[in-house]
Amino acid sequence: MKDNTAASAMRPFVVKSLAILAVVAIILLLPQIFQTRFAQSLLNQIGIAVIFALSYNMLLGQGGMLSFGHAVFYGLGGFMAIHTLKMVNNGVVPIPTELVPLIGGAFSCIFGLIFGLISTRRAAIPFALITLGIGELIASCALIFPSFFGGEEGVSANRWTDVTLSPLNFGRAGEVYLLIAAWMLVCVFLMYLLTRTPLGRMANAVRDNPERARFIGYNPHMVRTIQFSLSAFFAGIAGSLFAINFEIITAHALGMMASADVLMMTYIGGVGHFFGPILGAVLVTFLQLVLANITHAWLLYFGLLFMCMVLWAPNGISGLIMLHEPVWKAGLFKKLLPSYGRALVPGLVLFLGVIILVEINYHLSLSTNPESPMSLFGIEISAQSAPPWIASLLLMTVGFLFFRKAAFQVRDAWDEVTRRMRKGEH
Amino acid sequence: MPETILSLKGIHKNFGESEIITGVDLDVFRGERHAIIGPNGAGKSTLFNLVSGLYPVSEGRMELKGHDITKLAPHRINRRGLSRSFQTTNIFPKMSVFENIRCALLWPMGFGHSFWHLCERKKALNDRSRMVLEQIGMADRALMPAGALSYADQRFLEIGITIAGGAEIILLDEPTAGMSRHEIERTVNFIREVTEGKTLVIVEHDMGVVFDLADRISVLVYGQIIATDSPEAIKKNEKVREAYLGKEAV
Repeated sequence: MKDNTAASAMRPFVVKSLAILAVVAIILLLPQIFQTRFAQSLLNQIGIAVIFALSYNMLLGQGGMLSFGHAVFYGLGGFMAIHTLKMVNNGVVPIPTELVPLIGGAFSCIFGLIFGLISTRRAAIPFALITLGIGELIASCALIFPSFFGGEEGVSANRWTDVTLSPLNFGRAGEVYLLIAAWMLVCVFLMYLLTRTPLGRMANAVRDNPERARFIGYNPHMVRTIQFSLSAFFAGIAGSLFAINFEIITAHALGMMASADVLMMTYIGGVGHFFGPILGAVLVTFLQLVLANITHAWLLYFGLLFMCMVLWAPNGISGLIMLHEPVWKAGLFKKLLPSYGRALVPGLVLFLGVIILVEINYHLSLSTNPESPMSLFGIEISAQSAPPWIASLLLMTVGFLFFRKAAFQVRDAWDEVTRRMRKGEH
Repeated sequence: MPETILSLKGIHKNFGESEIITGVDLDVFRGERHAIIGPNGAGKSTLFNLVSGLYPVSEGRMELKGHDITKLAPHRINRRGLSRSFQTTNIFPKMSVFENIRCALLWPMGFGHSFWHLCERKKALNDRSRMVLEQIGMADRALMPAGALSYADQRFLEIGITIAGGAEIILLDEPTAGMSRHEIERTVNFIREVTEGKTLVIVEHDMGVVFDLADRISVLVYGQIIATDSPEAIKKNEKVREAYLGKEAV
């Protein structure tokens, strides 16, 4: 009996350790499984995006700060890192490549402190607007100070040096992957721990009720500022890894688009759970790179995805997953599956209709010769003939009608499950 | 002569044209339970908002333990040992009951803005949080989101957050507002218990609670204190009866 309780007390710890080991193993094995150059590049960018999105969630999810300029710290860290690399290249300073992200992070952290003091006096709209302004300010500085930002063509350096701590010299993309993966694991772990520190708890408290926080001894402005600069630190690390990975960085890295990207990644992944932004970073980076190879209209699909999430799943993918946690625990998940299945098929039909419509329109307006036949899912079609239009409209109508019907069934299934959970039935 | 812990001198407060507090002088003694009563709109809550630093005073001087706090921000006044509750429930609704209390303990226990300690690992912090939870009778609901508590329990939690840090002077703004007879009784006993050995300033409408709890009473009418005295003397005071107690007097 005694052994039993000891074993059960040990179990969460063992499970946790095994889970962490499994994650590390998967991360190390991934480049062995996907060996193409494209996959290599995708994995590197996902690792960077994970750090960046989690750092953004320190503001949005944990601190209730909607920033429109977070890429400023990503970019500043990246520029600092590339200049450091350049100095290493020129033999000015012997800083090992593994530690370059630390320098980029520290540089961003200092600017985070300064801009944090300016922008975090209030959260909500004033904060959002000030970050927008800071984003524009730094983006315009990129043209005013070409010695640091390198003007239009940016700054480049060579990541392949002998100044390293490990036997790696980071010439090959696979070696850079190891560097990114290591930094990612460390940053994810640190950012997770941060949520459980006094500062992390007070960031939540200030997010939920800044007024009350003032009467338990905390200045919301100070709590936000520190949270902001720590978040900038991690963004700087992500930016540094970007610079090392591509060996070049331009003002695009700190511009409005990069800020919007990280916002969307974090939001799509879900701000309410720590792991949400990780999912968002993986999914969005994957879509950005893979979709961009398949279709010119990828930004439109991406926009549609974002709109659908905002409208129907404001808690993001992680929110959708965690919604099912109590259902799963109660053993009722299989009650939901049939209705999900019935919604999936018409959903795909509807989506197919949308794809055809978008693609033929893109072909008509963007291709040099609209009359030329276009290929869609391997089928040659003519965008100017009636059949694809009719097919598209038909698919959308049928898909929509059946999807709506299925949506009601999903709702009924959920009502049923909630009712049974409340009664404690299994 | 008892020691003065909180002293207000010639406090004025106006919002635009309208003057809400029109010259308040008040000395609160260390260790006493001091009630502030007055008709609706007399400025009782405003007075609390001035003392705790939420609003800046228009004129006058406030001292806490002999230090000038007139121009200090709320968190600085709080750090000097003054803690307050709110008339409308003001808690952290999305966080657990336990987290609510623990957050209130972070600054008083010296953790500041630390990002190098893990809350779970700090035994003294967690032990004391649990102690406060027991004190407010909510140990069994520790993990519930605070927003899911009943109204009365949220009021209790509000007081719990206020007293958790061990402040020397506690301001409670209508702690029994909206409570049933039974809950009020429980609250009064509870307040008496948790403010033992501390200074309490309380704004209250329920005369039963006031005369039960207070060592001294100040009567605030139209932004001025017209009398400060023992409960018995206040009951007999002609000016008070005229201005306020009139129809309600026992």
